[in-house]
Amino acid sequence: MFQASEKAGILLALCGLLLIGATSLGFSTSQYAMNLIGQIAAFALLALSLDLLWGFCGILSLGHGLFFAIGGYLVAMHLVKVTFDATGTPPDFMLFMGWDSLPFYYFQLDSIAYLIVAIAAVTTVVSFVFGYVSFRSRVTGVYFAIITQALVYMVMLYMFRNDSGFGGNNGMTGFKEIFGMPASGSTTAAFLCGGSLATLGLCLYGCKKLVDSPIGQFMLAVREDESRLRFLGVNTVHIKLIAWCISAILAAMAGFLYVPQVGIVNPTILSPELSIEIAAWVALGGRGSLLGPILGAVVISGLKFILTGLAPDLWPFILATLIICVVIWSPNGLADTSSHVASFYRRLGSLTSIKGRSQP
Amino acid sequence: MTTKQALYVSGLNVSFGNFAVLKNLSWTVDFGEVRGVIGPNGAGKTTLLDSLTGKTRYQSGDIYVKDTVSIKNLTEIEIAKLGIGRKFQKPSVFSGLSGFQNLEIALRAGHSRSIYQPKLTSRQREKIHETSELIGLSSELSRNAGTLAHGQKQWLEIGMLIIAEPSVILLDEPVAGMNSEERGKTAELISNIRGPNIAVVVVEHDMEFVGQVCDTVTVLHDGRVMIEGPMGVVQADPQVIDVYLGKEAASASSH
Repeated sequence: MFQASEKAGILLALCGLLLIGATSLGFSTSQYAMNLIGQIAAFALLALSLDLLWGFCGILSLGHGLFFAIGGYLVAMHLVKVTFDATGTPPDFMLFMGWDSLPFYYFQLDSIAYLIVAIAAVTTVVSFVFGYVSFRSRVTGVYFAIITQALVYMVMLYMFRNDSGFGGNNGMTGFKEIFGMPASGSTTAAFLCGGSLATLGLCLYGCKKLVDSPIGQFMLAVREDESRLRFLGVNTVHIKLIAWCISAILAAMAGFLYVPQVGIVNPTILSPELSIEIAAWVALGGRGSLLGPILGAVVISGLKFILTGLAPDLWPFILATLIICVVIWSPNGLADTSSHVASFYRRLGSLTSIKGRSQP
Repeated sequence: MTTKQALYVSGLNVSFGNFAVLKNLSWTVDFGEVRGVIGPNGAGKTTLLDSLTGKTRYQSGDIYVKDTVSIKNLTEIEIAKLGIGRKFQKPSVFSGLSGFQNLEIALRAGHSRSIYQPKLTSRQREKIHETSELIGLSSELSRNAGTLAHGQKQWLEIGMLIIAEPSVILLDEPVAGMNSEERGKTAELISNIRGPNIAVVVVEHDMEFVGQVCDTVTVLHDGRVMIEGPMGVVQADPQVIDVYLGKEAASASSH
């Protein structure tokens, strides 16, 4: 009755909630494992956000790190403010700049409710304005991808400045408390991991509902032939904006989940490398399938966690080899592997049956 | 009903750079008729359709739809909303979606209120099935549109136009690449579409087909209307034979 991605979504959400429940009952877990799983879940959500846009609406963004960073930076600002208010120790950038109070845009950020509203508002405004201008001027395909890349790069350069009030090139770190919990410790890690898994599951379920809805059908139609849709009298700008803004919000949620788990945010999350890596997760996992990109993010970032420790110099080569292999043997991504295996067995079967027949 | 003219083109000029494609072209199509447009390559047939649908902007002159509405400053989306549907020369269907979904999207697109309406009404479902019967694809509705045969894609695209109940249907080479049986089916489909409140324009190279489905034929040559009339009259015109049919006859005999 439920389709695979719906089942997986429910299952992930249940796992997350179960983990939160067990942890609050005092069940203890490995901090390292929780941290690893939680971060990968945040990356998976990031991959899902780009897949919704690229796989289902045909819009490639090579700047999705921007929305990830909006969520990440805002949550870091919240954590900095909470830490400063509690301990009185100013963050590094205040010392550099000789400031004795946080800039005005930190106003009210100690409230979690305000933080969530701020993330939603900033992400929606930025994505809406940028999307509206680009889609209205009919910037599409590779040109759109290049502009998004330029945008994320531009923001990165700004964030490197110490006087921006966002931590400059050192970023923001040294958080003492995370959502009322101590910054480090296995309990905090387990809660954050459970929260990330549950969010990922719910978003996966929601995305499945979205792509099956009429809006989802129109998104696919935009992907297949945008001009045909226009000549049927549909203003495709609206559909693209819906997909773009929802995708941006999902990416911001991923950033919101990611930064508390790594305990630091700095401009490297705005670097083009991360944004391209997101596209690599999606391409490897399988565009246009909801589970594929999640699998892609899990496999690649999992491998990265292991291999950058064992053989840091080799990692780029391994990633490149992996991408080439997928492009050659499974152009629709890892999600499509099962159909390849099936067709391999079919071919094997027909081969043996031919042999069988040729023998008298 | 007082409106008679579905399309009224008045002194239309379209040029690309210094190259004039349509030169002071004036032309009308009435409701209720099926009009053929023929002419040698480069005569401006596709450019005329592009101007009628807002794909190409015209430099001077004007186009009126339903007697009074000028489309000069309208986008292709607004023009489509006026009820002008176009089938492209290359079949353009949404290949990743099923035939049913293709028709559903066209139906929703034709009625802006129902674009995001969660469920189709039973009347709408019925309409999709009626249309699929009309285009002869009722047994292929669940198939991915990208896997349909070339002719079936053409019919599906025509179905996507008629399901939105347009006033004008523009068909750019509807039988290109079809065999004679498929051509016959397409001719039947066009005669089923025609009605007092709709104008059908067929741009085609296949003379036999044009003669079969169209009441009147317009011959375009060098960006102008050369002659207009029933197929029999047009085919007998010495000028037409010279610029178009003659060339074909000459090239046919040279092979």
